[in-house]
Amino acid sequence: MAITEENPGYKWVGTRPVRPDGVEKVTGKARFGADLILPGMLHGKVVRSPHAHARIVSIDTSAAESMEGVKAVITGADFPDLAANGAHPSEIDVANNTIARDKVLYEGHVVAAVAAITREQAEAAAKAVTVTYEVLPHVLTVDEAMADDAPLLHDAMITKGVDPAPEEPSNIASKILHERGDLDQGFGEADSVVEREFTTKPVHQGYIEPHAAVADANTDGRAHIWCSSQGHFQMRAYTATVLGVSPGTLKVTAAEIGGGFGGKTVIYLEPLAVRLSQRAGRPVKLVMDRDEVFRATGPTSGTRIKVKMGVSKDGKITAAEVWMAYEAGAYAGSPVGAAGMTAIACYDIPNFVVEGYDVVCNKPRVAAYRAPGAPMAAFAVESVLDELARNIEMDPIDIRLANAAVEGTQASYGPKFPRIGFVETLEAIKEHPNYTADLGPNQGRGVAAGFWFNAGMMSSATVHINENGTATVVTGSPDIGGSRQSMALMAAEELGIPYESIKPVVADTETVGFNDVTGGSRVTLATGAAVVDACRLIVEDLRGRAAKTWDVEVDQVEWVDGQAQHVDGAQPPLSLNDLAAKSGRTGGPISANASLNSRGVGAGFSTQLCDVEVDPETGVTKVVRYLTAQDAGRAISPDYVEGQMQGGVVQGIGWALNEEYIHDTEGVMENPSFLDYRIPVASDLPMIDCAIVEVPNPAHPYGVRGVGEVGIVPPMAAVGNAIHDAVDVRMTELPMSPIKVLEALNENDG
Amino acid sequence: MPRTHITTVINGDETEFLTEDSTSLLNALRDEVGLTGAKEGCGTGDCGACSILVDDRVNCACLMFAPEADGTVIVTVEGLADSGELHPLQQCFLEGAALQCGICTPGFLMAAKALLDKNPDPTETEIRYALAGNLCRCTGYDKIIRAVQEAAREMRGQ
Ligand code: FES
Ligand code: FES
Repeated sequence: MAITEENPGYKWVGTRPVRPDGVEKVTGKARFGADLILPGMLHGKVVRSPHAHARIVSIDTSAAESMEGVKAVITGADFPDLAANGAHPSEIDVANNTIARDKVLYEGHVVAAVAAITREQAEAAAKAVTVTYEVLPHVLTVDEAMADDAPLLHDAMITKGVDPAPEEPSNIASKILHERGDLDQGFGEADSVVEREFTTKPVHQGYIEPHAAVADANTDGRAHIWCSSQGHFQMRAYTATVLGVSPGTLKVTAAEIGGGFGGKTVIYLEPLAVRLSQRAGRPVKLVMDRDEVFRATGPTSGTRIKVKMGVSKDGKITAAEVWMAYEAGAYAGSPVGAAGMTAIACYDIPNFVVEGYDVVCNKPRVAAYRAPGAPMAAFAVESVLDELARNIEMDPIDIRLANAAVEGTQASYGPKFPRIGFVETLEAIKEHPNYTADLGPNQGRGVAAGFWFNAGMMSSATVHINENGTATVVTGSPDIGGSRQSMALMAAEELGIPYESIKPVVADTETVGFNDVTGGSRVTLATGAAVVDACRLIVEDLRGRAAKTWDVEVDQVEWVDGQAQHVDGAQPPLSLNDLAAKSGRTGGPISANASLNSRGVGAGFSTQLCDVEVDPETGVTKVVRYLTAQDAGRAISPDYVEGQMQGGVVQGIGWALNEEYIHDTEGVMENPSFLDYRIPVASDLPMIDCAIVEVPNPAHPYGVRGVGEVGIVPPMAAVGNAIHDAVDVRMTELPMSPIKVLEALNENDG
Repeated sequence: MPRTHITTVINGDETEFLTEDSTSLLNALRDEVGLTGAKEGCGTGDCGACSILVDDRVNCACLMFAPEADGTVIVTVEGLADSGELHPLQQCFLEGAALQCGICTPGFLMAAKALLDKNPDPTETEIRYALAGNLCRCTGYDKIIRAVQEAAREMRGQ
C-alpha cells in the first residue's frame, strides 16, 4: 500500500476490523430484497412488452382476473396520468418507464402486473393478460436514431442545448459542449496527430441480486415498502410521484442490498407492488427474474465516440477534439453530460472541443453504472493517448505525467482542481515491481488513467449514546459495500471509544433524516461527514456535562481517549461510561443529529496497469497481471477501499473483453442470461494488486475521497493498450472479444 | 393442486414440507421451509448464489425440483456454523473482507466447503476453477480466493 501521507495518529481510521454486519451475512441471516415473507403475502408477476416499439391498442385482463388465486391485475390505467396533471417531464418519464400507458418503447417494457396466492398462479395469470399492439418501426443504435428519417420515440422531443432550438423533433434529447482555446492552432503545434473512432455496446451493472420489493398497503392510504435499493428516500420520492401521493404516506425500509453499482438508484417494482397490494388488500411481493433484469433494467449506454488528439515532441498535448453520442435507451438521460466533463479531465490541455449527444432509442432506459459515462470516453481518449506516446516514443506514464492535472489546473469542465492525487497514482504505478516485470511471448502491457467526481449531496445522521457508554450510529444510506464499517470507524475515532462499542444502523425513512442515494462515491464522504459532525456535537455535549459535574467552565474540559479530562488534571477523568450512566442527572439522554448538503465534493483519480496474453490462434485475451493505483484521500477502511478498487477493475475487464447487449433486428435481446451475458468468473482472473494512494481531500474532516467509482474508468483502455503492446493491433470496439481480435490480427497480416 | 410430501434432513434436523412438483428446491427451501440463506441470482444454474450441499455434493438448488430432495441430507448456509461457532470459512471470509454486498456469500461458502472437504490443500488455480460457477460482481474475487486459502490453511491446522 502506498501511503503518501503519514497516519496522523489515528487509532481506528485506517484499520481492518471485521465489519459490523458481517456475521449476519456469512450465516445467511441478512435479509435481502427477496427474503421478506409476510403473513398472507401474495406473489406478483409483471407482464412485459415483446416488441421494441409499439402502440398499445388494448389490454384485456378479464381472463387473468378470473383465474384461480388471482387477487389483483393492474395496467397503466391504474396510475394517475402525470402528463395530464402537468408534472415535470422527467417525472412523466419515470412513471411511463414504470408502466407504459400508450406506447411501449423497448422489449421488456411493463404493460401490466398481477398478484396471486402462489408464484405459479401469478405466472399463469401474467401469461393470460392479452395485449393488442400496433407494432411501430424502431431504432436500436445512435446511428439509426440520429438518421434524418428515423422513426421518433417521442413526438415532441426538441433537442436541448442547441441555439437556436431546432424546429423539428428528433431522437436527440440534448447536446453538450465544452470548449477552450483554438483547435486549429493546437493541432498546428502538434508533431503527431491521431484520430480514431470507437464504438461500445450497452453493458449491464450485473448485480447478483435481482430487483425485489414487498409492499403492504393499508386502507387509510398508507403503505410500507421493503426494497433493496441504493436509496430508500429516493425510492419513496419516486414511488410517491408515480402513485400521485404524498411521500409521507409511504414508509420505506431498506433491505440489505445485493449489489447495485448505480442500477438500483431508480424504481421499477415499488409502485406496482403498492398498487397491487391496495387492490388485493394483502401484502404483495414482486421479484424480477434474471431475464427481466437484463431486458428491462440498467444497462449503461452503447456509444460512438470520435477522438482526435495532437502532441508535441516533448509529449505535451496541444489539442483534443472529442465527439460522442450516447444511447439513452427509451427516455432522455444518458450519462453523456458526465462523459463530456470527464473525458479529458485528467489532463491540462490548452485547446479542446468536447461535443456530446444524448440519443433515445428502443432499448431499456439506461441507469447509472459506476462512474456513469466516463469509462467509454476514457476508453477512446486513453487509447489515442497510448498511440500518441508510441508515435513520439515516450513512456506511457511519462506522457501522462507531462500533461497531468494538478492542484490549480483549470479542469476541462470548469473549476480549478483543489489538491488532487493524480500524479501520485502515476508515480505509484511506475514505482511498482509490476511496471518492470518480465513479459512472455504474446504478452503485452498497457497503462490507462481515469477521473471521476465524488458527489457530496445530502446526508443525515443521528448518534445515540447508550446507558453503558456504547453508541448507536443511525444513517439512512444503504450499505452496499461495507459503509457501516467506515461509519463505525469514524465514530470510534471521534468518540474515542472502541470500534466494537459502536453499532451502525441503516434506518428507515421514518427514523432518520433525509439521505440522498448511495451512489456518486458519496457515502463515506458525505454521510461519513454527517456522522463526524454528530459525534462532535456529542463530544461538545459531554464536555458540557463534565464541566457541570465538576462545576468548572467548559473550556477547562478536554475530550481525550473517550473520557473527559480536566485540563490541569484537577479532577479524576470521567469516561463516556460514567457520563452515560449519569445522563439523567446532567441533562437527559445523550444524542445528536447532523445534516449536511454537498460538503467535500472531491475529485478521484485512478491509474492502472494491465498485462495480457493474447492467443494469436484463437484471439482469446487473458489478463495475467493487474495493478490499480487510486487516490483514496484517506482510506478509512482499507479492506473495503481495496474491495471497491478490485471490484471496479474486474467489472471493467468484463466490459473490455466479454460483456455486451446483443439485440436481434427486431430489437429483442438475445442474451438475457448469465450464461450468454458472461461476466468475469474467478478462473478468468489473476489477483488484482492495489496501491492505495492517500492525498487527503482538503474538504473532508479525515481527507476522505469517494472510492467507489473511478476504478472502472481505466480498465477498457488499459486492456486495449496491453493488447496492442502484445500483438500490435489497435482495438476500437468493445468488447474486444476473441473474434474481433482475430479479425484485427488478420487485417494486420493481410 | 395436489402437493407432494417431502421428508429430508436439513441442517441436521429431519424436516418435512409440502410442495408442488414443478417447484424448484430453492423456492421450496425459501418459501416453504423459510430458509432464505440460499439466494436466487438467476434461477438457471448460472450464478451459484443458490449453492447448497445435497448428500455432500454442491448443487444449484434452483436446478433441482423440490421432490428430488426427498430422502436426501441437505446443508444450507444456515447450517454451516456449528452450535453458534462459525466455520473457518465463515471466519476467514469475515476477517479477509471477502464480501461486499454479501448476496453471493452463501453460495461461495457452500461451494468452498465442498472443495475443501474433498481437497484440503488446493492451489490458487484449483480454487479459482472450483468456484468458477459462483458469480460475484462486487469483489473481483481476489479477497474470496485469499479467504479460501486462509481457511484451508487453518483447517489443515497450519
Ligand atoms: S440461482 Fe441457482 S445458479 Fe443462479
Ligand atoms: S459480494 Fe456482492 S456479489 Fe459478491
